[in-house]
Amino acid sequence: MTTTQTRTDAAHSSGNGLENAYAHGRLGRRVPWLVLGATMLLSIVAFALLAAAGSTDGFNIVGAIMVGALGYGVVIFITSLLVEGMRQAKDRLVTALVTTAFIIALLPLISLLYTVVVNGLPRFDVEFFTWSMRSVVGEGGGAVHAIVGTLLMTLTAAVISVPIGLMTSIYLVEYSRGGPLSRAINFFVDVMTGIPSIVAGLFAYAVFALIFGPGIRLGIAGAIALAVLMIPVVVRSSEDMLKLVPNELREASYALGVPKWLTVLKIVLPTAMAGITTGVMLAIARVIGESAPLLVAAGFTANLNYDLFDGRMQSLPLFVYNSYIAQGTDAQAYLDRAWAGALTLILIVMALNLLARLIAKIFSPKKGR
Amino acid sequence: MSKRIEVNDLDVYYGDFKAVEGVTLTVEPRSVTAFIGPSGCGKSTFLRTLNRMHEVIPGARVDGEVLIDGSNLYGPGVDPVLVRRQVGMVFQRPNPFPTMSIRENVLAGVRLNNRKMAKSEADDLVEKSLQGANLWNEVKDRLDRPGSGLSGGQQQRLCIARAIAVSPDVLLMDEPCSALDPISTLAIEDLIEQLKNDYTIVIVTHNMQQASRVSDRTAFFNIAGTGKPGKLIEFDDTDVIFSNPKVQATEDYVSGKFG
Amino acid sequence: MTSAPARPARITAKKRLGDRLFSGGATTAGALILAMLAAVASFLVLQGVPAVTADPRDMSILAGHENFWTYVWPLIFGTLWSAALALLMAVPLSIGIALFISHYAPRRIAQGLGYIIDLLAAVPSVVFGLWGANTLAPAVQPFYTWLNDNLGWFPLFSGQVSGTGRTILTASIVLAVMVLPIITALCREIFMQTPVLHEEAALALGATRWEMIRMTVLPFGRSGIISATMLGLGRALGETMAVAMVLSSAGVVTFQVLTSTNPSTIAANIALSFPEAYGLNVNVLIATGLMLFAITLVVNSIARWVVNRRKEFSGAN
Ligand SMILES: Nc1ncnc2c1ncn2[C@@H]1O[C@H](COP(=O)(O)OP(=O)(O)OP(=O)(O)O)[C@@H](O)[C@H]1O
Ligand SMILES: [Mg+2]
Repeated sequence: MTTTQTRTDAAHSSGNGLENAYAHGRLGRRVPWLVLGATMLLSIVAFALLAAAGSTDGFNIVGAIMVGALGYGVVIFITSLLVEGMRQAKDRLVTALVTTAFIIALLPLISLLYTVVVNGLPRFDVEFFTWSMRSVVGEGGGAVHAIVGTLLMTLTAAVISVPIGLMTSIYLVEYSRGGPLSRAINFFVDVMTGIPSIVAGLFAYAVFALIFGPGIRLGIAGAIALAVLMIPVVVRSSEDMLKLVPNELREASYALGVPKWLTVLKIVLPTAMAGITTGVMLAIARVIGESAPLLVAAGFTANLNYDLFDGRMQSLPLFVYNSYIAQGTDAQAYLDRAWAGALTLILIVMALNLLARLIAKIFSPKKGR
Repeated sequence: MSKRIEVNDLDVYYGDFKAVEGVTLTVEPRSVTAFIGPSGCGKSTFLRTLNRMHEVIPGARVDGEVLIDGSNLYGPGVDPVLVRRQVGMVFQRPNPFPTMSIRENVLAGVRLNNRKMAKSEADDLVEKSLQGANLWNEVKDRLDRPGSGLSGGQQQRLCIARAIAVSPDVLLMDEPCSALDPISTLAIEDLIEQLKNDYTIVIVTHNMQQASRVSDRTAFFNIAGTGKPGKLIEFDDTDVIFSNPKVQATEDYVSGKFG
Repeated sequence: MTSAPARPARITAKKRLGDRLFSGGATTAGALILAMLAAVASFLVLQGVPAVTADPRDMSILAGHENFWTYVWPLIFGTLWSAALALLMAVPLSIGIALFISHYAPRRIAQGLGYIIDLLAAVPSVVFGLWGANTLAPAVQPFYTWLNDNLGWFPLFSGQVSGTGRTILTASIVLAVMVLPIITALCREIFMQTPVLHEEAALALGATRWEMIRMTVLPFGRSGIISATMLGLGRALGETMAVAMVLSSAGVVTFQVLTSTNPSTIAANIALSFPEAYGLNVNVLIATGLMLFAITLVVNSIARWVVNRRKEFSGAN
């Protein structure tokens, strides 16, 4: 009785009367999904019950998902171990782990963007972009002084670092022959890449303190600190882009009798332009969010200041930091401003990143792979 | 140990592109079958469907049946890992694992299933496989050196040793000699001759002499034009294919009139 | 006639003005970078030395400390400890994410997923600080209480649990989130470069996906993982604002991660103390900055060394 039963089953599964030797002891295609659904559901129900019983305040969605994912890993591992053996069980466990890792990384991203948008919107208004904090205590006020400062200092930093960075990369790619100077530059650019941002700030402060006496805070000092951070990024990205320009192009140009500097200027640079621009934008995006070096070198202020060479200059990241650290009498107003500043900052950085990616995508020469 | 392969009306796709169409053939156990045909006609593509390596490429899929001793490789619930375990493959370019020694390379496949193999047992297997691949005498003194330090021909034979160490039912070879010199090529052809006693062997080759030397049966694939799928034109005993083929295209190809 | 008859006469191209200007400019720019770095180092040393040589009683910031070294030691400890905790969380997670993107996710969406993780790298550190202090810390506090109640026997989780959640563990979580995109991006790059030939060899032997990864992808990417970790470490060591905003610190040396008395980090300490610092106190802070610089320099050098060694190896194949 039972033998006929199994035989028909086997005939069913293979379709030609013989059991398929390669489909032996495998979990069905849908089993993992069923297990996932079941564990998630169980976990959500458990957390909902906990919430209803009042032992957690509110429904903990993150906890539910995490426990569900953990449960899935355990259940699928054991099921697979029993049906398919150790090798497949490990494979499934790793798949579950790796996917969970990705989801875990999404959690802070989503939470962060959500909180910044929700908390930032209340003060994301016209006043925020038209007022400074001059003689504002409590509600109102804005960040125009910070935005102006950030733009001025970042632009100055870019003006300082792009020529130096670009010329250095041209030296490394086009002129150096691997001599001691180029090796030294390579080494020290690497060292510069690793300078902690606050150390760059200390450096700029130390320079100006030596000239103007201690306690000095200047917009230009902030810009120099940012430039120190920006130069290595510009050098490395431009260098990579210049290296991508095929040698045939240069040789073709030399063969036409064009001198080297014109070849670089007219052939190499235009070819690499899109990539270099992308690199510069990404470098700007990186330093525009820097706060530590500016705290040390440019200080903070409530006033609008257009002069890089006279007095302290506020910046958007420091505005956020300051509003949070030094909450005044109406703490909520300060916090609201901090979040609105954070929202503005994120928008600027994301826009720069997006623009950079777009430029890279549109103008990049098509390459294989 | 060796097994019969039956292919029924197999279509092979890369995404929307149909690379091979309507192949039906049977490969007998303990025989060598050669696939010949012009470049791009889908020989490698078809060969890779015989151990489900085809689907490793994103978007690739297959329509039809491949039966090995009656079990459909593309049946429901089939585990490709189990299939590949029993249908070994040697690639066009030798690909020993660079981070492993010669010995570890040979054992790589076996270790997957049998973690705690006794050292003496492992030693025996390494020697047996390397001897099977005609490589033992050349490497027996440096089994612990990296596999990538061997010559191209030796590397290819190391890959063959690696493939036969897991004692598969079928051995697929995709132009195994195309990167090798004539001497290494002869060594591998001798090896195929020996391996025939234990395995079902399918080999892709561009070398007509090689096909006629090593194979019992030959399949000729052709393609009507770019963008068209490759098709199996003629499949017969090697003697027949090379002396009096039934299809004109086969005759043109083997006599060197095109391709 | 010629002074060196053995050497064939070299054809020297006529130096054009444009050429000279251009190559001169390029060389100057390169030299300027060297000068700038020399300036950074020497200015910091110049300003830092007084902190060590002067009488500790002249520096109010050293109150309660014998000298500069007893002041800086807890800071160094905090810097290393928080970075180590951060890496402990970030490295396994990053490897997992990188593998997910390179070998598990469907090809079509893999690049998009990579961009999503890269988004994290674009968030400025003050925003992380704000989020960490206002959202993350309160969210994890109940979990800390639970850990302390149930696993309090474990030394790391012992002590009086913090009521705000602004502990070194929270700071390390924020740091982990910040270095995660860096490590992930590098690992992903290197995993994707694993030769297809080797992956297929493993699969053709009947390896499962995980076995294939263990046989080919991870050995191939090992040095890449190490250097990515080192770069992440460099970043975690130097991070300032996020730590300054999240951590409530007390200048102690302790391994307990759930209490409200935490060691501070060098960078965060500078940020918090610098605005009010005067006189020699500034020199003390600069000297601590110099220590930080030295530590990151060592870490980054190791990373570069590993990367370069790898380059030599891959060149052989
Ligand atoms: N990964 C792939 N993605 C898309 N199309 C592919 C891929 N690999 C091969 N093809 C296409 O499939 C067809 C058959 O290719 P295949 O490599 O099987 O030919 P072949 O007969 O082995 O040629 P050769 O003798 O040159 O090795 C070709 O048109 C080729 O362009
Ligand atoms: Mg081929």
